[in-house]
Amino acid sequence: MKVILYRDAIKEAMSEEMRRDQTVFLMGEEVADYDGAYKVSKGMLAEFGEKRVIDTPISELGFAAVGVGAAQNGLRPIVEFMTWNFAVLALDQILNTASKMYAMSGGQLSCPIVFRGPNGSAGQLGAQHSTAFESLYANIPGIKVVSPSNGYDAKGLLKQAIRYENDPVVFFESEVAYGDKCEVPEEEYYITFGKGNIVHTGKDLTIVTYGKTLKIVLEAYHHLLSDNINAEIIDLRTIRPLDWELVLKSVQKTNRLLIVEEQWPFGSVGAELSYRIQKEGFDYLDAPIRRITSADAPMHYAPNLSLAYLPNPLKIVAVAKEIMYLKK
Amino acid sequence: MANNFSKETYFYWYELMTLIRQFELKAEEEYKMKGNIRGFFHAYIGQEAIAAGCMTATVPSDLFITGYRDHGLALAKGTTPNECMAELYGKKTGCASGKGGSMHFFDVKNNFFGGHGIVGAQIGVGTGLAFAEKYKNTDNVVLCFFGDGAARQGMLHETFNLAMLWNLPIVFLCENNFYAMGTSVARSSNVTEIHKLGEAYEMPSDKVDAMDVEKVHTEVSRAVKRARTNGGPTLLELKTYRYKGHSISDPQKYRTKAEVEEYKSHDPITQLERKMLSTNMCTQEDLDSIASKVDNIVQEAVKFADESPFPPDDDLLTHVSTDPHYQFITD
Ligand SMILES: Cc1ncc(C[n+]2csc(CCOP(=O)(O)OP(=O)(O)O)c2C)c(N)n1
Ligand SMILES: [Mg+2]
Repeated sequence: MKVILYRDAIKEAMSEEMRRDQTVFLMGEEVADYDGAYKVSKGMLAEFGEKRVIDTPISELGFAAVGVGAAQNGLRPIVEFMTWNFAVLALDQILNTASKMYAMSGGQLSCPIVFRGPNGSAGQLGAQHSTAFESLYANIPGIKVVSPSNGYDAKGLLKQAIRYENDPVVFFESEVAYGDKCEVPEEEYYITFGKGNIVHTGKDLTIVTYGKTLKIVLEAYHHLLSDNINAEIIDLRTIRPLDWELVLKSVQKTNRLLIVEEQWPFGSVGAELSYRIQKEGFDYLDAPIRRITSADAPMHYAPNLSLAYLPNPLKIVAVAKEIMYLKK
Repeated sequence: MANNFSKETYFYWYELMTLIRQFELKAEEEYKMKGNIRGFFHAYIGQEAIAAGCMTATVPSDLFITGYRDHGLALAKGTTPNECMAELYGKKTGCASGKGGSMHFFDVKNNFFGGHGIVGAQIGVGTGLAFAEKYKNTDNVVLCFFGDGAARQGMLHETFNLAMLWNLPIVFLCENNFYAMGTSVARSSNVTEIHKLGEAYEMPSDKVDAMDVEKVHTEVSRAVKRARTNGGPTLLELKTYRYKGHSISDPQKYRTKAEVEEYKSHDPITQLERKMLSTNMCTQEDLDSIASKVDNIVQEAVKFADESPFPPDDDLLTHVSTDPHYQFITD
């Protein structure tokens, strides 16, 4: 094992796959000369050259479309968005072209492409730089959605996406996680999609989360433990496919479910998971399923408002106790 | 050297440009030293002649819209330094009630329409503002500012075409400061003379030395007059330079210190000072007294921001919908 940063785990995944397969290339704003806006692709230009590590102008719709076309013509592009907020300009290509090409062509054209970049809030960045997009993309049939919480998972899942997935993959990272340390094996590894991870086993209630929100959930986990509440913590890792069976098995044991996520509430990942669990596990439940999301609003700039917007450990502890029918 | 403008005009330019610079230098200090300001912070320093020249080329009822590098243009349009500093602090008294921050200054009563964070979005939105002015039969003109990087968005091409097709009262001002983050103009396109992009749509287009406030005023006046008299859009490429990094944390490896120093030797404020002194329009003491007046204004703005309250937590769900009965999801 070795200890590396999350950002380097992403880079290793891309670099290993690019060494193996000449059809893989990386394209995006500031990915080459600048080493990546968040230094994720540091050194990749030097290793792979301008042909395969490509700086683009600020033209998200255009370069996403170029990626989609290249993917339909024998290449395996990795398209980096500086953040997912800017990918909204390219949503047309992801939704109207990439996701539908296989169906529309009657199976003639698939679109093996990875769109990746940081997602969600990263401090006081205001309304237009803070949206978490997992639920929005998970709504699109034919797309796979990945939201790793740590560098180990990020590396294995990204390698999987680049090498083995033949559908468009949207891959959500986090600016505030890029500096996190993680342990990864020296040897190569892949993580298959659709397998959640039990981070802590517990018996009293199940708390499900994904992406960087796991850290907040873990803080809450320790608070709860000191109050003798032993939560089982599940990290979904991929949103689509969604490992609801793992959640169901856990709920069979704990009989209580809380979902914590940074999405807006309407049609969130938690909403979808709640439907599945009440349908498949109605008899297991001893309390209504609950969820904690971001506020139903754009994220405002003021420090207190941006804190109030996000899920936090205190909210999690409070709702967990409600689910347990305990006094706060 | 002759003076082409009135003494008041030169004094106005000097005070405004000094205010923008001192305001941002102070704000940057508050950011770095005290942590009172957070998030992205894009300084206008080096580009002040644009704000000043555009102000004297327009009237207060003309509309301004820009990207996230917005402090200078807001101050120019008349947003008070107090409201601007308070917004940077995220205070309730800020020009967007603490909700916008550095990138999203808004002051509609002074016809300042923001403060947009998605590169290039304001090119289309500005065109829409102009569409409405024409629709309402007013005399107003829209000044729509965007960067050299933004010029590579598809938005520019679609809305240049629309603005010409519908003969809208707008001036497109590309603030070419040579870099979009770390990407130089030459690395983003074959067309490095951005004003030539207008030619594809037969839009009157030109480039301007925007380190010289007189030239900015003259060229923008011409374009504004065209727009105001039903002559349609103009594209002006304003050649300028940003002295600071793209935002607060930018190692700036994409350019040399010598390059930055070279541009600083054409500093718009120093140039103006030289002109004012060499034509005996004023003395050094006059300029110093403006500088110290501005210094007081900026100190006062910091004090105002410091003492202002944060928005109450209940503001989380205000200004989200205009409908008082909007159905919020709260659990
Ligand atoms: C659609 C979109 N893509 C990317 C970004 C990230 N970004 C913010 S500013 C910037 C550079 C813009 O450069 P330019 O237009 O030259 O304006 P300047 O910053 O020089 O004033 C980039 C890439 C963004 N905010 N929006
Ligand atoms: Mg620029």
